Parts: sequence; structure tokens; C-alpha cells
Amino acid sequence: MDLQILLLLGQDGLTNGAIYALLALALVLVFAVTRVIFLPQGEFVAYGALTLAAIQAGKLPGTVWLAVILGIAVVLIDGGLALKSGNLKRLPRIVLGNLGLPLVLLGLISGLEAEALAALALPLQILLTLGIVVPLGPLLYRLVFQPIAEASSLVLLIVAVALHMTLIGLGLVFFGAEGFRTQPFSDGALEIGPLLLQHQTLWILFASAALIAVLYVLFERTVYGKALRATALNRTGARLMGISTTMAGKLSLGLAAFIGALSGVLVSPMTTLYYDSGFLIGLKGFVGAIIGGLASYPVAALGAVLVGLLESYSSFYASAFKEVIVFTLIIPVLVWRSLTSHHVEEEEE
Amino acid sequence: MMSAKLSPARAILAAFLLFLVTGPLWLPEFHVTLLNYIGLYGLVALGLVLLTGVGGLTSFGQAAFVGLGAYTTAYLTTAYGVSPWLTLLAGLGLTLAFALCLGFITLRLSGHFLPLGTIAWGISLYFLFGNLEWLGGHTGMTGIPAVSLFGLELKDSRSFFYLIWVVLLGAMLATRNLLDSREGRAIRALKGGTVMAEAMGVNTARSKIVIFTVAALYACVSGWLYAHLQRFVNPTPFSINQGVEFLFMAVIGGVAHVWGAVVGAGLITVLKQWLQDLLPELLGQSGNFEVIVFGLMMIFVLHRARNGLWPAIARLVPAQKQERHAVAAAEPLPRRQMPAAGTVLLQAEGVTKRFGGLVANKDMALTVQAGEVMALIGPNGAGKSTMFNCISGVNPPSEGRISFLGQPVAGLEARDIARLGLSRTFQHVRLLSGMTVLENVAIGAHLRGRHNYLAAGLRLERAEEARLLAEAARQIERVGLAEHMFDAAGSLALGKQRIVEIARALAADPCLLLLDEPAAGLRYLEKQALAELLRKLRGEGMGILLVEHDMDFVMGLADRVVVMEFGEKLAEGLPEEIQKNPAVLEAYLGGVE
Repeated sequence: MDLQILLLLGQDGLTNGAIYALLALALVLVFAVTRVIFLPQGEFVAYGALTLAAIQAGKLPGTVWLAVILGIAVVLIDGGLALKSGNLKRLPRIVLGNLGLPLVLLGLISGLEAEALAALALPLQILLTLGIVVPLGPLLYRLVFQPIAEASSLVLLIVAVALHMTLIGLGLVFFGAEGFRTQPFSDGALEIGPLLLQHQTLWILFASAALIAVLYVLFERTVYGKALRATALNRTGARLMGISTTMAGKLSLGLAAFIGALSGVLVSPMTTLYYDSGFLIGLKGFVGAIIGGLASYPVAALGAVLVGLLESYSSFYASAFKEVIVFTLIIPVLVWRSLTSHHVEEEEE
Repeated sequence: MMSAKLSPARAILAAFLLFLVTGPLWLPEFHVTLLNYIGLYGLVALGLVLLTGVGGLTSFGQAAFVGLGAYTTAYLTTAYGVSPWLTLLAGLGLTLAFALCLGFITLRLSGHFLPLGTIAWGISLYFLFGNLEWLGGHTGMTGIPAVSLFGLELKDSRSFFYLIWVVLLGAMLATRNLLDSREGRAIRALKGGTVMAEAMGVNTARSKIVIFTVAALYACVSGWLYAHLQRFVNPTPFSINQGVEFLFMAVIGGVAHVWGAVVGAGLITVLKQWLQDLLPELLGQSGNFEVIVFGLMMIFVLHRARNGLWPAIARLVPAQKQERHAVAAAEPLPRRQMPAAGTVLLQAEGVTKRFGGLVANKDMALTVQAGEVMALIGPNGAGKSTMFNCISGVNPPSEGRISFLGQPVAGLEARDIARLGLSRTFQHVRLLSGMTVLENVAIGAHLRGRHNYLAAGLRLERAEEARLLAEAARQIERVGLAEHMFDAAGSLALGKQRIVEIARALAADPCLLLLDEPAAGLRYLEKQALAELLRKLRGEGMGILLVEHDMDFVMGLADRVVVMEFGEKLAEGLPEEIQKNPAVLEAYLGGVE
């Protein structure tokens, strides 16, 4: 292997690793706040990429309908509860908060001609995509996880897997079995010495770094970020301090959806994505998150970058066994964690 | 004991068995095939019932174990012409090795590492099957021979049907037997009772590894059967999606009951057939859309009916009147040699326990002798329960020496200390609320039995089991709860639950008994009866260490008293001395300025 290939693979690994790192952060966040091992994270990636692809093809993405239907379900449930308790003043907020954005986007996209939609500026298309996919996070939290927020983490995990399967099936309905690629943010490449960096690679690295910085500020400086951290540390204590754990759950899934959809938008110019591609991508984020013990953000991010590099180099040496090698990495990591951790069993009913 | 009249439940079971026996003779081919698959999937789901429903653990990688069984036999029979019966053993051996490795690695960590580990394992193995040329790659392997049994070749699905269902029903029976045994009670304690079980001498890590391994072995057998039914294997049926579907079967069918596995496997298999025809037609495109329906069903079941379909089905059958026959008499278990009265049982010195920066116990010391009641008292938050946890190994001390019967025990596991003859109750009652009082108390006698899982599955341990239950019943009668023997432990008043804890501790035949606030929540007469019992135990030579807030109770019973405040020893002496000790009075009543 010469230096050229080494660098090329390293660049590839780093790019993928950056995406895995973002996903690992989302997984650690959701787990810390809600105790849910959020396997459907990968579906947000696929939904983000394929929604953008549909928009660029001038088609109405099925995910809009999903957002509208979930919004209606939440409005019916929460509206019904508000009516029952005679709290009519909350109704407008419930309707607008859950159904407003999905309906506006549905109207907007179906109002545009196919050519006009496909010809929209890329930033606008990305904005539309995020506007469609991000609300799915809080809506799904409300419908799927909030009713069982106090259940054991085993039940939450099984529900997460069930949701993952459902979303995969829906992805097939919305986007079909074909794979798609989207247009790169900008064409061209940057030459640094022997290294040729695609612009999209730079976009990914830049966006990941920026997002991590934004998350850092969010958690350290804003009251919502602090509320999330408080909930992660101690749910009951946070609730006693007036922090709504429901709000925290919705917020964390909203962030997860945002991170997932953005990751999808970022990678879709580089790889062809299918309706079920998200699962393996999300799982590689998971391997990173597990290296961080589902607790430490920086270690999880580093672990994810390691996964990306390992994947890239193993795809060169033994491409057929790429996935085997990446997922077997988890075993030595678990052995190491098992030997170093002094786990005191916490009991839950 | 058994009523001669056929109960409705038995009648239905008999009808079901009759259906299975005659089915292949008159059912159309398609239905026989469907039933074969239900049997194969039911066997895998049965393992998940044991693992998830009973043990509170889960695995998404069961399909990979099925694949391991199928590929082992496929390879060995086609490449080397080995007899299928030998390849079954090879597959089981291989599965055993993998399951033990995965179990040892993940089960020491907290609960979610096992499912995540099994996902990774499932995906790795799937890609490995698909990419190894000598295993046929993605196209798979053909030409797997038929199994022959007593010279009869099971070549068609009708004859294979019997093999599948005999194996499944046998596994169900063995699983049920296992759960209704000493080790079975330990397994049932894994869900929400590990601290208690460890204190009663159960090696919970081992129980977890055992049920994970058993579930994997069931899956492996299912894979072996599958390979010889199909006579062909490829990687697709062993993907992670299939692994998740097995979990769906168990959960939807009823994850807490062996029949739930069969119900779930049947429902999902039939529904899948139907939906795979219906949905693509409805949606106008082809694909596996049934996962949407299954996923939504799962979410609904876990929101609304966490025990799945089986309890709803069981309710349709008129309940049999539960016969509450007394526990059969049995030869008493051998008893421990009690140390002579006055022997120092427990000696703790310099015990310090820190939780981060908080010092809960500082330089504590106390001794307990055989045949005395030592009371540990002090205001709330003085560190009494922490001290109990240090002594019993539930939460070992940061520093200090503790010896029990002259043997250093600081840092030992709770179960090893229990084995030496120390038994305890908990301040916050730790009973398994769904199990009967009798079963709860029998967990206390765990260390007095020795038969293993296999013996329990085959019912070879019935004599020992009868002795254990008789011992538990004896202790329940002794503490005066005979009338509640068959009630669910969770249905008792809190005061009585504390007494059940004492019976459970006594069932271990200890020489030192640690009681954490046993009299809280008891009425006057009940307290008197408890004091009477403790006096009697003391008379038999038992040492008793007691934490209690009721001063009348303590002062009337204790031989010596240690007072704690802010994690340290404040005073020690005879009850009369303590009652006059100015420092103690100040701690309890506030100082006189």
C-alpha cells in the first residue's frame, strides 16, 4: 500500500467516522435522558437522505405524510386529554405545536410544480428536509415512548427495536427499494500536498465539528441544555426542580432526529443510500457509543472515528469481511469494559 | 391429589395433542409445512421466554444461533458425510462455546450490553455465512441428507413434523420443570431481585449465563432441524431481522409463559403468510411490509398488555379451583453445627464506608457472640443499614476488617458470606411479589440443595425439592404465617412481609442472623410474638444482630447495645447503661442547654 492509498483510505475513514461520531453523540444523549437505546437512530439518517433525494427529484416525499399523520394522532390524544380536563386554552398550542409545521410543509411542497421543487436552491431543499424529518423525533417520543417512560430499560429497548422495524417498513413504502444519491453541496476538490480532498468531505468534517461545538454550547450555556443534563443525571430530582421529563424526552429525540437527518443529508452525495441503509450506519455509531460506555461524549466520538477508520482500512484489505471486522470490534471493547468496570447491580422492576 | 374429572384446561391440552398426533394424516401439505415452521420458531421463542420473560434479559441474535446449528450440520454432513446425529452434538458444542463466551463478556456489565452484544454478533455471523466460499456464500449449500430415526428416513415434511413437535413439547416440559425448582426460583429472582438472591447465596451471574446458554442451545437445535427439513441452507433466514422477529413472537405470544412461545410463533407465522400476500397487493409494490404491522403490534402490546396474548387466552378457559394442599412432609434437611454459646461469631473493626465524598461509616467496630442479641441503634441516617451491607457483603466496606467465625470476610461476595452461615433481612423488603410466600422462603434455602439445572429439567431432584419446600413451610409455620403460605408475597401487609423476610433468612439455617428493622409496621401482639421467636432462636445458640427503632422492643430483648451517630460509634454497653448514657440521650432527645 502506498502513501496515496493510505491517505485516501484515511480520508474516507475520517469522513465516515465523523458521521458515526455525530450519531454516537445522539445515541448517548437519548440514552442518558430517556434510558432508551435508540436503535431507530439510523432511520433518521435514511429518511433525511431519501427525503432530500425525493425533493431533488421533484417528488413529494412520503415522510411529510408520516409527519402529518403522527401530528394528527398526537393532536387527537393530547387534544382529547385537554378537552377532558376542560383545559381549552391549551388546544391551539397543541394543534400548532404538533401539526403546524408538517401541514405548512405539506402545503408548500404540494403547491410547488415538480420542476420548481427540483430547482430550489440546495440550502432551501435541505431546510425543507430537516423541517420534515426533525418533527418526527418529538412526535414519535410522544406516541411511542412517553406512555411507557417509567418502564424498565429492557422494555424500552424492545419498543425501540419494534419502532425501528416499523420505520424500515415505512421507508420501503415511501421510497421504494431503489437507492438514491443526492447532489454534492459543491463540486470540486482541494489539493493539499499528496492529498486530494473532495469538497463534500470538507463539508462533512466542517459540519460535524460545527455541530459538536453547537451541542457543547447548548449543553453548557443554555437552560434547555442544562435541563437535559439534569434529567440525565437524576430524573426524579430534575422533576422536583420543575423540569418536565416529557419535554426533555421530546427535546432529546428532536435533537437525535436533527443529527440523524443532517448526517443523512451530508453523506448522501458520497454513498448511495437505500431505505434500510440507516440501520448499519446507526449501528456503527453504536459501536462508537459503546466504546464510550454509553456515557462519555468525547470517548464515544473518538470511538466512532476509530470505527470509521477501521471500516475504511478493512474494506481495502478484506472488503467482503468489512462488516464482520467492524462488528467484531465490539467484542474486545466489551471484554475490556467488563474487566475494568466495577458494576454494582441496580435493580429495576 | 389429581381430580379424576378432566378439567377444561386438561381437555383442551388433550385435544391439542390429539390434533398434533393426527394432523399430518389429514391436513393439507401446506398446513403441515406451516405447522413445521411454527414448531421450529416456537423452539427459538421458548428460549426467549426463559431469557426475556423470566430472566429479564434479552437477545436479538437468536437467529445467528439458529444459523450456527444449521450451518454446522450442513457443512459437516455434505463435506465429510458425518451422521446428522453427530453434527447435532457438534452444533450444540459450538453454540455452547459461543454462548458462554458472549455471556461471560457481556453479563458482567449492566443489562443493555447483552442485547447490543448479540446484535453485533448476529450481524457478524450473518455476513460471515454470506462471505465464506466454503459455506456456499450467499447462494448457500444444498444436498443436506435427511435424518433417519430407527432406520426410518424422515424425508417428507409429514414425517419430519413429528420430530419437530416432539422436540418442542419436550423442551417446553423441561423448561417448565426447570422453572419450578430450586434453580428455577433463582432464575425467577433475576428480574428485580438480584441483590436479595445474592444475599441468599445465589450466583446470579451464573444463572444469567445459564439461561442465555439454554436459549442459545434451543435455537441451535431449531437450526439443526431446519437444515434437515429444508435440506438446504442460505444466510437469509439467519439475519438480524429474523432475530428480532423471534423476539416479536415471544413478546406478542406472552413472554412470561412457555405456551406464549407457541402462541406467538403460530400467530406471527400465520399472519406473515397472510400479510405477505395482502400488503404488496394493497400497496402496489413488492417488499416485506409485514414488519410495519408487526412493529406496531409490538408497540401496542408493550404499551397495553405487557404479558402478551397468552394471559388473555388462558382467561377464556374456566379457571380450575387451585388446590391448596399442604406441603408434603419430607425428611428434614441436615442442619449446621451451631457454635457454642459465647463464641465470637462476628468481629468488625475499623470499618469505614465512603460513597464518593460522603463517609457513611467511620471506624466502626462491633462484635456478636453466639446466643446473644446485639442491637444496633441510632437516629435515622446514622449509617446502620450501611453497616449491615458492609457486614453481609451486599456493599463491601472501603476499609476495615470483618471476620465471621474467625475467617476474614470483608470484600467477599454476599453469596460466599451467606454460605458461611450468615443470613439477613432487608430494611426495604425485597420479596418477589408475584411468587408465593412458600417460594419466596424457599429461596432462603437455596444453598441447602445441590441438584443442577439438568436434573431440574428432567425432574430428578424431586426428593430434594420436597425437603426444601418442607423446610420453607416449617419456617413459615414457625413465624406464624401458615395461613399465607400460598398467597402471593406482594399481597401481604408490609409488616407481614417483613416476617416473611425473617422466615426466608431462617430457611438458610444460619448461625448469625442480621435483622434490619424487623418490627417496623407490626402491631403490639405481633411484636410480642416476634420477640418471643427471637428469644427462642437465641436460646438455640443463634447470634442475632438487630437494627431497630422501637426502644421498648430493643431494650426488652437485647443483651448488648451499640449506638451509632453520624456513621460513628457513640456508645456501647448493656441496655440499662445505654439508657442512662448522657451522650445517647443527647443524640436522641437533643441536648439540654
